[in-house]
Amino acid sequence: MSTHAPAYDMAIIGAGVVGCAIFREFSLAGLRVALVECGADILSGASKANSALLHTGFDAIPGSLETACMQEGYARYQALHQGLGLPLLRTGAIVVAWNQADLAALPGIVARAHANGVLDVRQISVEAVRAREPHLADDLLGGVLVPGEAVIDAWSAPLAYARQGLAMGGTFLPGTCVTGGSQTEAGWTLQTSQGPLSASIVVNCAGNQGDVVEAIARPSPFEIRPRKGQFVVLDKTAYALASAIILPVPNERTKGVVICRTAYGNLLVGPTAEEQQDRESATVDQVMLEGLLAQGRRMIPTLAAEPVTTTYAGLRPATQFKDYQIEALPQRRWITVGGIRSTGLTGSLGIAAHLHRLYARHFGPLPRPADPVLTPVPNLTEEHPRPWQQPGRDEIVCHCEMVTRGEIAAALQGPLPAGDLGGLKRRTRCMMGRCQGFYCTRRVMEIAAPHLPGLVTPIQGNGA
Amino acid sequence: MMRSAIIIGGGPAGLSAARTLVRAGHDDVLVLERNPEAGGLPRFAAHPGWGMLDFHRLWSGPTYARKLVAAARGAEIRTDTTVTALLPGGGVEVSGPGGVERLWAHTVLLAAGIREMPRGARLLSGTRPWGVMGTGAFQELVYAGGVRPFQQPVILGTELVAFSALLTARHAGIRPVAMLEEAPRITARRPGEWIARHVLGVPVRTATRLVAIEGGARVEAVLVEHAGRQERIACDGVILSGRFVPEAALVRGGPLQFDAATGGPAIDNHFRCSDPAFFAAGNVLRPVEHSGAAALEGIAAARAMVRALAGALPEPGQSIPVLAQGGLRYVYPQRLVPGDAPIRLYARASGEQRGRLRVLADGRAVQERKLHALPERRITLTLPAALLRDVESLSVELA
Repeated sequence: MSTHAPAYDMAIIGAGVVGCAIFREFSLAGLRVALVECGADILSGASKANSALLHTGFDAIPGSLETACMQEGYARYQALHQGLGLPLLRTGAIVVAWNQADLAALPGIVARAHANGVLDVRQISVEAVRAREPHLADDLLGGVLVPGEAVIDAWSAPLAYARQGLAMGGTFLPGTCVTGGSQTEAGWTLQTSQGPLSASIVVNCAGNQGDVVEAIARPSPFEIRPRKGQFVVLDKTAYALASAIILPVPNERTKGVVICRTAYGNLLVGPTAEEQQDRESATVDQVMLEGLLAQGRRMIPTLAAEPVTTTYAGLRPATQFKDYQIEALPQRRWITVGGIRSTGLTGSLGIAAHLHRLYARHFGPLPRPADPVLTPVPNLTEEHPRPWQQPGRDEIVCHCEMVTRGEIAAALQGPLPAGDLGGLKRRTRCMMGRCQGFYCTRRVMEIAAPHLPGLVTPIQGNGA
Repeated sequence: MMRSAIIIGGGPAGLSAARTLVRAGHDDVLVLERNPEAGGLPRFAAHPGWGMLDFHRLWSGPTYARKLVAAARGAEIRTDTTVTALLPGGGVEVSGPGGVERLWAHTVLLAAGIREMPRGARLLSGTRPWGVMGTGAFQELVYAGGVRPFQQPVILGTELVAFSALLTARHAGIRPVAMLEEAPRITARRPGEWIARHVLGVPVRTATRLVAIEGGARVEAVLVEHAGRQERIACDGVILSGRFVPEAALVRGGPLQFDAATGGPAIDNHFRCSDPAFFAAGNVLRPVEHSGAAALEGIAAARAMVRALAGALPEPGQSIPVLAQGGLRYVYPQRLVPGDAPIRLYARASGEQRGRLRVLADGRAVQERKLHALPERRITLTLPAALLRDVESLSVELA
């Protein structure tokens, strides 16, 4: 095997947002890249459950790699989003002080923001906070305005990155679990559930499995300590209750509970921050969810009248270290991208750029880039026209999110089709609205069942 | 074109209203139905139990739905047309195959019906696998889709609809492993439990709480708690029955007054909303009544619309607000426009409760009776017209 040229120049293990962004980066740079994913679709792990904020890095640790990647990622997303059809809600954020200790912390928040180069951050008065956010509870004491914070979408961004990677000649290998590997003269032969796979360089973007995959190359210098975040999504009627992202004054461990809009017109409350051993399963818990809602009502009392649309939980691959764990191992022909927590959505394009430079430094120049092919994802937001508004539209299948049959059919075909029901929902928003499939499950199944076997079985001829 | 009436929703309430309006001589009634066919939720419950109250027959749901559509002939039924907004003064914005447009009428009836509360809104704990769904989605999969999403689900809840789900399961060769009820007794009327246990062979576990749903891609088990002890029940699906919510997002986000207690639009005793061009009937008014009751409301609302079109409906001006108090979850109509006829009020208790049901006019008890209220049962009160004379506000309580 080792005498043959590897099948790929690069194998990226893990198709979360970071893997997808790196896949895009190196496919655009002219490498033959394989994006190797254990799940049936992209975003099968940590990346699918995020708060979907685009951070300026105002509150990050100055001088850290995380801050650098976030800020470069922030700038690149701003430059890229229109071409890829990605949403960007320029909401801004307000860090709200609810007590004297909070209030005392505000100048420090401003100072850190300035140290991070986010110079438009400033403290604002109680009146100014109220004028911007009239639904906030009366007892607020002040705030810090962060104009650059924004809302994006955790699903369409990585989808667009992966699709652009595919359009540039990359290969996506879903359902391919890496179980081991050995270094060869020409790089690596990875053992996978689909057989061996050879690549010149391996990039470990395995998220919550990061240290397990790292052990293929070396004893992992970091240990993944999954941190769970639960969220509550409120009905679209709650959207108007907050215009900026409402942030609490953070503590050492967590940024605290945030209230923000979503790209699709809902209002989000979360996350919790709970450490756990289990790397696979992010469960929601009624008591914690009720706690989130109580905290939400504490900040915006009228939230109490708003129905819950859904709840979710995500596992973030935290480690014993605060910063990202990114390292190139030239001898091992291996690049480690570990410990990318919830900032990874913002940071992903910056991490990809950082890896580009690491690669050039350690593994030699990259081939001349071809002209990038733009692969915009279908628009799912109400900011731009959608298929349901067009004359001659086909049947609306999901009436809560106004998803047409054509949109669902398209997501099941073409480059990077939905690999499972979750992937279909994330690509189209069908079954994601206030009824959560009460009205559309049957129609979605009729359209999707031929592509996603195993969800339903015909009643006649039950296969026995 | 200004029509006499636009009806939002082609289910039992909407189609019955259309029939009534057509029979009263209105030949320009438009029914807007977002699905490819009218008939409403009964389309997906193929066992008998429909038509008793309004047609005095016992039909299957799909037959009942067809009869409702046939009886509404003379009205234009526009399917595949979804209302996206209500416009003050009697307008609706719709998306149909022809695109987005605005339609206007002298009277608009909201009859958008009801759905079940999904898993997220119930804040249920656990993982989020495939195989957790409401009775409505389940019945539609089985009867309209001809497929089953699981083989051995548990059924959460014991409202009437849970027993409908049991019958559906039997039709599909699905064997539910248990019915779970948090309360000490089932919600549906008595024979339900007996039928479940002895006819369908499904154990009913009362005083049992669902702790968590377990499973990866699919449901693998539920964790339940009974008398302080937890137990794991292996299953491959969860049917969430009951916990109905009116499909009233158009109201909550729109120009009409919304009642957070019913979850539907606030109406007066003529089924009239806060904007007098709008009326509402059927299950959009409050959590569920049987489709026959919804149909009868559709007929009554349509009669009020006929009167409104003839200029014969009393002005909404001097209305008496009605409040639900202690022990009552809600009461409707939420406003009364007194006239010569007695007025009916409908209420539901917050849970099982024994006490005295009192009507207070300006704080003074004017009607009182003993009541043993059960969850999800309608409480009806009739107020003689004389009782409302010179009254400024009314409240109803169960104490």
